Amino acid sequence: MIAKRDVGPAPRPAGGFELYTWFFMRVSGVLLLVLALGHLAIMHLVNSVDVIDYAFVASRYATPFWRTYDLLLLILALLHGLNGVRTMIHDYVRPRGWRLLSLSCLYVLGLMFLAIGSLVILTFQPARG
Amino acid sequence: MEKGQGGMWTWIKYRGGEGQLAWVLHRVTGLGVFLFLLIHILDTALIGWGPEVYDKVVKLYHLPLFRVGEVVLAGMVLYHALNGIRITIIDLWEETTRFHRQLFYAAAIVFIVVFFPTAYLMLRPLL
Repeated sequence: MIAKRDVGPAPRPAGGFELYTWFFMRVSGVLLLVLALGHLAIMHLVNSVDVIDYAFVASRYATPFWRTYDLLLLILALLHGLNGVRTMIHDYVRPRGWRLLSLSCLYVLGLMFLAIGSLVILTFQPARG
Repeated sequence: MEKGQGGMWTWIKYRGGEGQLAWVLHRVTGLGVFLFLLIHILDTALIGWGPEVYDKVVKLYHLPLFRVGEVVLAGMVLYHALNGIRITIIDLWEETTRFHRQLFYAAAIVFIVVFFPTAYLMLRPLL
C-alpha cells in the first residue's frame, strides 16, 4: 500500500479531467497569489474595514478595472475552492449515494454562488443621490 | 478510512511529520477560506438593496469579534498561499522533494515575518 517513494507530492494524474483540474489548481493558485493577497492588502492594509461602505464600492466600481479584477478573483477563487472541496469529498465520503448527493449539492451551490457573485459585479449600478 | 481504528484521527492521519502537518493545515485553511468566500459573496450581494442595507450589514465587520476573525482569515489565506508555493515548487522541480521539510520551515518563517505585522496593523483600531 505504501509506495516506494515515502515523501513528496501525490503523483500527477495521468490524463483526462483529473489532469486538467490538477493543472488548474496550480495555475489558478499562482494567479490567486496576486489576486487574493492583493485584495486582502488593498482592503485591510491600504484601506481598512472602517472605510469600506456603499460609497467606497460605488467609486471602486465606477471603473471597469476593479470589476474585472473582482470578477477574475471571484471565478478563480470559487473554482479553486470547489475543486478543493470536491477532492475532500472524494477522500472522505466513501458510500456511493452520499458521495453523489454531496457532490451534487456542491455543484448546485457552486453554480448558484458563481451566478450571484458575477451578477453583482457585472450589474451593480450606484443609487442616485 | 478503516472503521474502528482510531476514529476521527484516521481521517487526517497519513505519515506524520512536517509533510502531514503542512497537508492538514492546507486542507483546514482551504476549507475555512472557501466557507468565508461563500459568506462574502452573500454580504456583497446585499449592495443591490441600496446604501442603508449594505452599510448596516458591513458595519458588522467593525466589531472586535469580526476584526479578530478577519485576522484569522488573513492568516489562513497567507498559510494556504505559502504552502501552495511550496507544493508548486515541489511539483515543478521534483528534486526539491528532498527539501520539502526545509521548504516547510521556510514557509513558516515567511508566515511569521508577514503575519504578525499584518495582524498588528489590522488590529490597531482595537488597541
